[in-house]
Amino acid sequence: MEDTTPTNSSERWIDIDKLLTRNGNLVGPGFEPGPELRDFLQQDCKVLCIGAGGLGCEILKDLALSGFVNIDVIDMDTIDVSNLNRQFLFRLQDVGKPKAVVAAERINARVPGANVTAHFGRIEDMPLQFYQEFTVIVLGLDSLEARRYMNSIACSLLEFDEEGNPDMSTIKPLVDGGTEGFKGHARVILPGVTPCFECTLWLFPPQTKFPLCTLAETPRTPAHCIEYAHLILWSQQRSHEEFDTDDEEHMQWVYSNALARAKQYGIEGVTFQLTQGVVKNIIPAIASTNAIVSAACVLEALKLITMCSTGLNNYMMYTGSQGIYTHTVAYERDPQCPVCSAGVEVVAPADTTLQQVIDLMLAHPQLGKMLAHPSVSYGSKQLYARGIYEEDSRPNLAKPVRELLEGDEPAALLTVNDKKLSASLRVRLRLKEPQQ
Amino acid sequence: MSDQSGNAIDNKSKRYDRQIRIWGAEGQQRLEHARIALLNCSPTGSETLKNLVLGGIASFTIVDGNKVRPRDLGNNFLVDAARLGHSRAQVVTDLLKEMNDSVSGSYVEDTPEELLQNNPSFLEGFDLVIATQMPEQQLLQLDELCRAKGVKLLVVRSYGLMGYMRASLPEHVVIESKPDSQVDDLRLTCPWPALLEYAYSFDLAAVDKHVHMHIPYVVLLLLALREWRASLGPDTAPDRLPGNAAERGAFKQVLQGMRRYQGEDGLPLEEENFDEALKSAFHAWTRPSTPSEVRAILEDPKAQNLEPSTPDFWLLVAALRKFVASEGGGRLPLDGNIPDMHATTDLYLQLQRLYRQQADADVAAVEGHLAALLGALGSPGRAIASSDVRHFCRNARNIRVVRYRTLAEECSSDAAAARGTSLAAALAEEGSAANANLYLLLRACDRFAATHGRYPGVHDSTVEDDVPLLKQAAQQLLGELGASSGQVQDDYVAEMCRLGAAELHVVASVMGGMAAQEAIKLITQQFVPFSGSLIYNAMASTTSIFAL
Repeated sequence: MEDTTPTNSSERWIDIDKLLTRNGNLVGPGFEPGPELRDFLQQDCKVLCIGAGGLGCEILKDLALSGFVNIDVIDMDTIDVSNLNRQFLFRLQDVGKPKAVVAAERINARVPGANVTAHFGRIEDMPLQFYQEFTVIVLGLDSLEARRYMNSIACSLLEFDEEGNPDMSTIKPLVDGGTEGFKGHARVILPGVTPCFECTLWLFPPQTKFPLCTLAETPRTPAHCIEYAHLILWSQQRSHEEFDTDDEEHMQWVYSNALARAKQYGIEGVTFQLTQGVVKNIIPAIASTNAIVSAACVLEALKLITMCSTGLNNYMMYTGSQGIYTHTVAYERDPQCPVCSAGVEVVAPADTTLQQVIDLMLAHPQLGKMLAHPSVSYGSKQLYARGIYEEDSRPNLAKPVRELLEGDEPAALLTVNDKKLSASLRVRLRLKEPQQ
Repeated sequence: MSDQSGNAIDNKSKRYDRQIRIWGAEGQQRLEHARIALLNCSPTGSETLKNLVLGGIASFTIVDGNKVRPRDLGNNFLVDAARLGHSRAQVVTDLLKEMNDSVSGSYVEDTPEELLQNNPSFLEGFDLVIATQMPEQQLLQLDELCRAKGVKLLVVRSYGLMGYMRASLPEHVVIESKPDSQVDDLRLTCPWPALLEYAYSFDLAAVDKHVHMHIPYVVLLLLALREWRASLGPDTAPDRLPGNAAERGAFKQVLQGMRRYQGEDGLPLEEENFDEALKSAFHAWTRPSTPSEVRAILEDPKAQNLEPSTPDFWLLVAALRKFVASEGGGRLPLDGNIPDMHATTDLYLQLQRLYRQQADADVAAVEGHLAALLGALGSPGRAIASSDVRHFCRNARNIRVVRYRTLAEECSSDAAAARGTSLAAALAEEGSAANANLYLLLRACDRFAATHGRYPGVHDSTVEDDVPLLKQAAQQLLGELGASSGQVQDDYVAEMCRLGAAELHVVASVMGGMAAQEAIKLITQQFVPFSGSLIYNAMASTTSIFAL
């Protein structure tokens, strides 16, 4: 018997139901329309939203109003006044409270039946099993490092068969959004299928810093004066204190010293607003771009799970300052990606020892940058382990690695771990017989 | 001032800090004076308005005749379950006001259609009317009204997995278009006397190591040009520029030859200023150009047929035009900014001063022309502030004018020929076909609704039967638009019926974001609003703009 209370009546979901219960031609592969789809969304599906800030608030709202019920959100920040121009779930009285907690409360209060669970903490502190539970993970992050971290988590869950093909059932889809002013992007990451974040790291050019000699000897711009006070003067005069961008007194100190330096050199333009911008690396942000990108991401998550329409393949860029322009690109995977491929290939002579294999990895142009003191496993077998088992596994280093592997496979899949890594890497070791 | 109100101002500037970094205090001021009318507050309208309320508009009024129903609980964040049955306009108004104390909000419980019928002068109090989820026929009437009353109109719609947006106003002028990137205005191909004098005051052979390494690359390039010209012979024209790959290569060699590779101590010198000069060598042969948009503005009749009622913008354009034809030598005023470059503080500041002085001189020249034009107009007492003239000149490359056809011009079948051909072409071309289909089909759906009293596929029982009827409406429309060679794709016809005029929250949210962004551009008069008809395709996650 259908529940006809207003909050549960089928009238409530009449719009979504058109998408989920009606068949069509422009739909995803394997689309099976029917009431079971919304049931799945509302009962069995678990979604994780990373971030409860500018993107996160919008993502949570969009998820809750797209039929998702079991939603987790994680954020380590507390609410600040400067969030209120776009993080609409928060009010002035909420300043200082954890974003994730307040966001979850507000969504649950507004959307009947929504079950948002808050996690006030760092993504790095959650165990792998936590992430494994979710059908899809939507990222509303504001840093490269956090994205790389989540990317490595999702990719580490990916398993491959003997031919090096991804096991589709182990794919943990990510939908990643980002904004800056009028610009933004939304992308779908299906580890093993689409490029992962690491595959396309070149999309994000490194941030250039001011050369130290410019700051110290030849300042020319207000930003030089500010960074002089922030980076050089502070370490000279207040080295015992760790600089805290959230500390009003620290910021004022930098500002007044930057002003003094600017005056000394005849440079105009140091303001407190600029000081904050430079020191905190503030990214300008507005509600509208966040709304666009977040909704695009949730839409993709919905399509991924239900196949109710064709999906974004796989990266959309948005820019809205001069007219409106979007550009969608199907980026390709890097087959040698250390994070999402079946393994970076390392070739070695047949009689190579394990130590030599490790040395080869450390000398490898890509792997070398990511490793310092690696541990190596082969399937469930620990070949060489750092930490408490180091002494036990040390003798393996001198052995020909061929002895430690089984069978005559052309390429052995090794798993490499390292303190530097957020999740394990795969390496495919190919041993070559000497030419006759 | 009491501590409380001081605190309030402080909180306000903190609240808006992240957006003030984009449009500045002046842009924020304009936003805080904006009065917005929203027609219909289903999610498309509610989300648009939410983004504007968060941004700090002065006030809004919502016009909506519906009550809150279960369907709203499924797709609209700005309603709450406790107030089912209440006026939707009232509930959305209340919940929006909670998001920003500084914004005033009111509502009228009326359908927009009724209100415009009974009280068209209602629109006069607003800077911008945002019309959401309204069919073509109503929009045509609304547009006529808005044009007559000088009110800006923004049309937004979400329909299944697509969205539509269109602004309508006679003209929008922008001084600060703030392009994403711009070539620095260095003028090395046409340096003014003071700049040349400064550059030639450097004797590279005589200066000490420290100075040599810190001479700004602007100076290095000018010196290299002189040396390169000298290498071509004594009769070389003093304004000769490296004209082809070979000459440019030779020029770069000259530049490299000016380096010092060793200091007095015998250790190798790393001269970053020379590295920068090489990277920026193109400045030595690339003449400053006036963007085509600006040239069109300079040639616009409005800048030539001046009248006492001519707005300041066009008077400034007219003065600019006179400058370009005389002191400017065919070029716009110098913008006066130089990028940071490797140099000592003093050398950099000296160079910066030179550029600013020349820019100021250009501003003074433009002011002179302006004064003459105002005098000829015979408008005593009319003046334009110096700071405004300077602002205009600094942004001369960035000025933009956007004009919008009326909705009637877009929709009518008179003189449809040119538009019909382009629509037919858009339908045929692979890159634009999908979104051109959506554009056509949305309009066909309105036709269908006008004929059958409901949208196609609204009810499960008619989804299939509506397909041929919608296709028919689309083909008829194509005929009327003079695009009967155009083909509508069956898959899209079927999809439009499948989606049954659903208003999905996520699609409404995308449209709400884009609409709020455009509203902000129109209000702040910064950045460049889009012109034409925008189609958002939520299936492929693409947008297209059709100039029809």
